[in-house]
Amino acid sequence: MERTLTNFIRALRSCEVRVSTGEALDATRAVALIGYGDRSLLKDSLGCVLAKSDQEKQVHDRLFDLYFSHSGSQADNAASATGNAAEDGASQPPPEDLVELLQSGDESAISTAMERAAEAAGIDNIRFSTQVAYYAQQIIKQMGGEGLQQRLLEALQGREPGDEAEAQDLIDLRRDLTMRARERAERAFDVFGAGETQQFRDDFAAEKRLNALDRYDMERMKGLIAKIAKRLAVKHSRRRRKRNRGQLDVRRTMRANAGLDGVPFNVIWRQKKKDRPKIVAICDVSGSVAQYVRFLLLLLYSLADAVPDIHAFAFSHRLKPVDDILADNEFEAAMAKIIRELGMGSTDYGQAWSDLKVEHESIIDRRTTVIVLGDGRSNYGDPRADLFRDFAQRAKSMIWLNSEGRSQWGTGDSAIPRYLPFCTQMSHVATLKDLERAVDEVLSAYG
Amino acid sequence: MAKDISTGYEPLSSIDAVTAGLATVGYISTREISTAVFLAHGLRKPILIEGPAGVGKTDLAQSLAKWLSLPVLRLQCYEGLDEGKALYEWKYGKQLLYTQILKEKLNELIGSADNLSTSLGKLASFEDLFFSEQFLESRPLLTAMQQPAGSVLLIDEIDKSDEEFEAFLLEVLSDYQVTVPEIGTIRANVPPLVILTSNNVRELGDALKRRCLHLHIGFPDAARERMIVQARVPDVSDILLKQLVSFVQGVRETDVKKRPSISETVDWARTLLLMHTTALDEEFVRTTLNVLLKHESDIAAVSKEVPRLVREATGPDKAGRTASGYPELG
Repeated sequence: MERTLTNFIRALRSCEVRVSTGEALDATRAVALIGYGDRSLLKDSLGCVLAKSDQEKQVHDRLFDLYFSHSGSQADNAASATGNAAEDGASQPPPEDLVELLQSGDESAISTAMERAAEAAGIDNIRFSTQVAYYAQQIIKQMGGEGLQQRLLEALQGREPGDEAEAQDLIDLRRDLTMRARERAERAFDVFGAGETQQFRDDFAAEKRLNALDRYDMERMKGLIAKIAKRLAVKHSRRRRKRNRGQLDVRRTMRANAGLDGVPFNVIWRQKKKDRPKIVAICDVSGSVAQYVRFLLLLLYSLADAVPDIHAFAFSHRLKPVDDILADNEFEAAMAKIIRELGMGSTDYGQAWSDLKVEHESIIDRRTTVIVLGDGRSNYGDPRADLFRDFAQRAKSMIWLNSEGRSQWGTGDSAIPRYLPFCTQMSHVATLKDLERAVDEVLSAYG
Repeated sequence: MAKDISTGYEPLSSIDAVTAGLATVGYISTREISTAVFLAHGLRKPILIEGPAGVGKTDLAQSLAKWLSLPVLRLQCYEGLDEGKALYEWKYGKQLLYTQILKEKLNELIGSADNLSTSLGKLASFEDLFFSEQFLESRPLLTAMQQPAGSVLLIDEIDKSDEEFEAFLLEVLSDYQVTVPEIGTIRANVPPLVILTSNNVRELGDALKRRCLHLHIGFPDAARERMIVQARVPDVSDILLKQLVSFVQGVRETDVKKRPSISETVDWARTLLLMHTTALDEEFVRTTLNVLLKHESDIAAVSKEVPRLVREATGPDKAGRTASGYPELG
């Protein structure tokens, strides 16, 4: 019984439901309270104890159905075994009779035998879908599949008239058995392996270079970005207030203690409000950098809870605000539209800065973090570093995320060295992890 | 089931008993809710209830207290809530007053001492007097611990409080005890049944979530909603009840900013009753839509849909409703 529960919790953990030891103990106590008898009651109770959000609840419910659909017979057997051991033992044919067992067509006996074999084969350790075939074989082996094979060989070699029919029979049985074993192994994979495989792929994708992603990865990236955004939001949406002990707020202290004869029992300290983050993202959407922009914008806009004040501009030749486009369209469509409208023409950073200066300078104030995303390749045009310096002076900080590595800064038409002195920070952003770190640093500055 | 010394709440013997008990005070429970309550009692754990506003999260605590005839102690959370408001505070004013009154007496007492150390010793003996329970103003958390027969402690809208307060709650909720430095540790004889509610204004910390049972109360299905309205507004006729509930269920499926919850359905039922409506018609619905919807844009959007929704709600029952997946009242 305990094993059933611990394995289930392991399956949950592999699917990112973070079950703590304390909760595992609670689950044990809950089961002790209500028992295994009523399946739907068990589901509700475990859901209540183990899953702590809507999302986790869904994962839990799906896994519960998967897991207990096969361990059901197991648990029931265990239950009946305690009550009536003799009968339980009798219903278990020894593995040698595999052929007889299969021919008997006794569904419950076959599935019980298979459960035992699966357990003996250590099926709960399955991690990857490629292991399904292996575990299926192990199950058959545990059930006494060699005996079946032996008989099949004998029948095939036999010269008796009935042998051929028998061989055909055995082949059918074997195929049947293989299919059942495969099904069982696949189910185990769904329960125990799917989550970890997912995790493995996610980790891999987070380290992958952003411009090397294919279409298949894109969907995964969206999920990942949502996760990152949640992580950052939880971290940075704390109360923006700092208790500044030491500075007495005389006015409010007097008012609070007026009823106490002016004796200052309740002392009130001055509080410094922290700035809310304000981010202005300026994105180069020319062909070479467009892919990076997609992820930066997606991440920033997923952070809406923590950072309500975000403005985005895009340029390759002329610079325009893209907030409206992003607000009115579904994200992919918005990106396509931005690139279509603004991504044409040769990149001109100087022109972009002067557009920003003329039309939108007021948007940058002393609590604004400006994030520039681009490679700084300006086709040998005037980089207008003077304007860039002005922005840097107005802003709280100026962060440049560069899609190129440090060794390429300043080569060819790259104007990076002209901008570098004015940036609070310039970093190379190649993977999602880099992006997360960069945004995390920006938000941390508002502490 | 024998009365459990450690928990002391007798009637929570099974999940069905919980459902039946809550029904006696007019709270229509679901199996999930009853299971959570049952487990909370059995495992001595707080329940964290999440869900949209107005689906009966707070009401569960109130009903539970009413059914078990326990006092309910409500702690409404807000930004800036601190220990002084939640746990205890010294009655400074009273202390001050007593000091004033006793001033002369004090002089007399201390005056008889011939040196500094004896007078200090005498003063110290008064200190204990002033920091005793007599001058302790207990706030909801402490009061809940002090109830001899147990209580229902409702910590409402925990998501509105600060993170520091959330961390502070952890101690109270896991040990059911409160430490007042000047007096000592006050431990609950019978741990209160704790219910925390959250509207998801912010993500709660993992530590708190892990210590609670999690219960999500969503919008009810038609059958449960009918039972709730029936329980709250017993005068409403069967036909109107059926129609208004299926109308509300229809509204929830449209694309509105704030979907009407149970409390709004109940309000609307009262409104219709007040207007002596016997069956839904477009005109009535249009004029009373502001009871159901709280955003101007929502009202405008639903107004356009009113004819269709009313038609569906008043239409032949079997064809319209069951096809769209609403369970029928048995």
